[in-house]
Amino acid sequence: MTDIATSRAAALAQEPMRIAGPRPGFARGTLSSLKDILAHRELLGSLVRRELKARYKDSALGFFWSLARPLAMLLIYYIALGKFLGAARSVPDFAIFIYTGLTAWGLFSEVVLGGTGSIVANSGLIKKVYLPREVFPLSVVGSSLFNFGIQMLILLSATVVAGKFPTGERWLYFPLALAVVLVYSTALALLLSAVNVYLRDVQYLIDVIIMILFWASPIVYAWKQVAGHVSGVVADIYLGNPMTLAVMGFQKAFWVSGDGEPIPTHLGTRLGIVLAIGLVLLWLCQRTFARLQSNFAQEL
Amino acid sequence: MTTVIDIEQVSKRFVIRKEKSLKERLVNFGRSNLHKEDFWALRDVSVQIESGTTVGLIGPNGSGKSTLLKTIGGIIQPTTGQVRLRGRLAALLELGAGFHPDLTGRENVYLNASILGLSRQETDKHFDAIVEFSGIEAFIDTQVKFYSSGMYVRLAFAVAVHVDPDILLVDEVLAVGDEPFQRKCLERIREFQREGRTIVLVTHGLDQVAEFCDRAVVLDHGNLAADGPPREALKVLRADFEATRKEEIERRQSVTGGVGLPIASVSALGLIGARGENGGAVIATGADLTVALEVRAETPLPAGWELGIAIATPLGTVLGGTNTHLLEAVTPDVRGTQQYSFHLKNLRLGEGEYIVQTSLSTREGTEVHALPDALHFTVEADGRSQGALYLDSSFSVGQH
Repeated sequence: MTDIATSRAAALAQEPMRIAGPRPGFARGTLSSLKDILAHRELLGSLVRRELKARYKDSALGFFWSLARPLAMLLIYYIALGKFLGAARSVPDFAIFIYTGLTAWGLFSEVVLGGTGSIVANSGLIKKVYLPREVFPLSVVGSSLFNFGIQMLILLSATVVAGKFPTGERWLYFPLALAVVLVYSTALALLLSAVNVYLRDVQYLIDVIIMILFWASPIVYAWKQVAGHVSGVVADIYLGNPMTLAVMGFQKAFWVSGDGEPIPTHLGTRLGIVLAIGLVLLWLCQRTFARLQSNFAQEL
Repeated sequence: MTTVIDIEQVSKRFVIRKEKSLKERLVNFGRSNLHKEDFWALRDVSVQIESGTTVGLIGPNGSGKSTLLKTIGGIIQPTTGQVRLRGRLAALLELGAGFHPDLTGRENVYLNASILGLSRQETDKHFDAIVEFSGIEAFIDTQVKFYSSGMYVRLAFAVAVHVDPDILLVDEVLAVGDEPFQRKCLERIREFQREGRTIVLVTHGLDQVAEFCDRAVVLDHGNLAADGPPREALKVLRADFEATRKEEIERRQSVTGGVGLPIASVSALGLIGARGENGGAVIATGADLTVALEVRAETPLPAGWELGIAIATPLGTVLGGTNTHLLEAVTPDVRGTQQYSFHLKNLRLGEGEYIVQTSLSTREGTEVHALPDALHFTVEADGRSQGALYLDSSFSVGQH
């Protein structure tokens, strides 16, 4: 036995034994899960880069394509809803209004849809190597944030062109609303990606649900148009949707012309409350994910 | 010695569901136990592996080798029991599992290295060595989807061996690449052994186990069948294979209606020309040896049957053999028993133990009966040569 071998054995003897794979326990495992993910943050970075690099690898226009979809949607809604149906008449700066909502919604739907399929899409890796499996949904969050960043740049340039660049306190709504979007979309991505392994119907179902939810938030129509039709409990339910509040938070931040428009009372407080609830949900979803992941390799 | 892998009474149950869709599950809800079948891939397996050893996991197909390896790797969770580890673990389970076809070789090296647990800085440090080891410098900036399968595997292996693991799990991947590359891989494994890394190897190459491993673990239907030096473990496994083969032959013999195999057997009578010592036959190297056999045909054995013998090492590596077909011997119909002899002249074997194997087959070449461990003998020599082939050698200065 060589010196290297002896010293390696001696060094290993100092280390405590650890259990192979994810740690058991529903509540106790939180900390070790977090540690595990933190230890793999470089891998997370690599996966995000992979996702971004590989997506438009062989296309001539590359990243332009990630903008094509939201811009096309903007055009459609602006012309069809704004001009033909006349929504633009009652909503000032209708283009900026829609694009603000689409940017926030785009982040949410990309994380949820991409995240749901992420575990199944990476089954090759999951069956071969042990990694904290959370990195796959989280890498979708990362790459979606990158696209979101580009869209934000366009939105901000548009506000400059329109001469209505947001300034001052309104910026406070941005981090709050963004946090709400991220927390809820990440929680859903974690939960659904795990459930999708056992029941593949989920990824088709979520497609439909996302489409319905799109119309349940004031993205292409304004809150005041809803407020005229609903009141009492229905209005509370409508405003209980965290994405509705987040979209309105974004609009409060970037849609300067909308200052005179009606908004729900205490929007900031409401956002704070759903954020707190969202964090608890995120924790629950992560624990459910951790519980379900032990059988991923054999179910895929 | 430090224990680095501690497998404690690990069992793994797979549930085989016969229903898959949502509809079927809803319709059969509550009665779903009827549509489940349990399959135990591992049952109560306990193994402890010490630092610096190379362990071969062997067994027939479906015996649970890969499942055990995956529980060590943490990919599959055991149903009961647990696996505990020390040190950094790298798994070479399937080469290139982490490769993305649209990325270049360079990007994939970084990605794959981070999957195997190497930081970016460490990868930077090893990058040139990885590319050099793979031998595909010219294509490193090409997308890997344009790679040949050999190039793919070379790059993947190169990344894997440059991760600095304390425990390396290897699943059936040593037989990749062309010969020079394979040799390079094996050298690398030897180096790993010298550096005191622990290697757990799943393979069907039993010779590889004999060559590389300090220890072999045999699994059979999820149970631990043997655990010990490769020699003993291989013996158990070969006996197991033999039993399976015998069953197969018996099944075919029992087929009625003329197409079944004839029922016949061969038995070893002894070695003529060897001294008997302590119950074992001993010959000197270069001596002649006669192997006496008896064929017993319970149903007539049609003419043209073949009888063969082979000499093998105790680990089962066949050194050489011959048969009646090669010797152009005439083999007429046989009924009842008949005795035969093979004469082996001038048997220049090196010192050591050997076994004689024998087999009987029909004219079509289908095996009727075989004895993989028919007779044993020991060869004595003067100690001037090592290995299975005796070299009658001397040494001198100059060219004559």
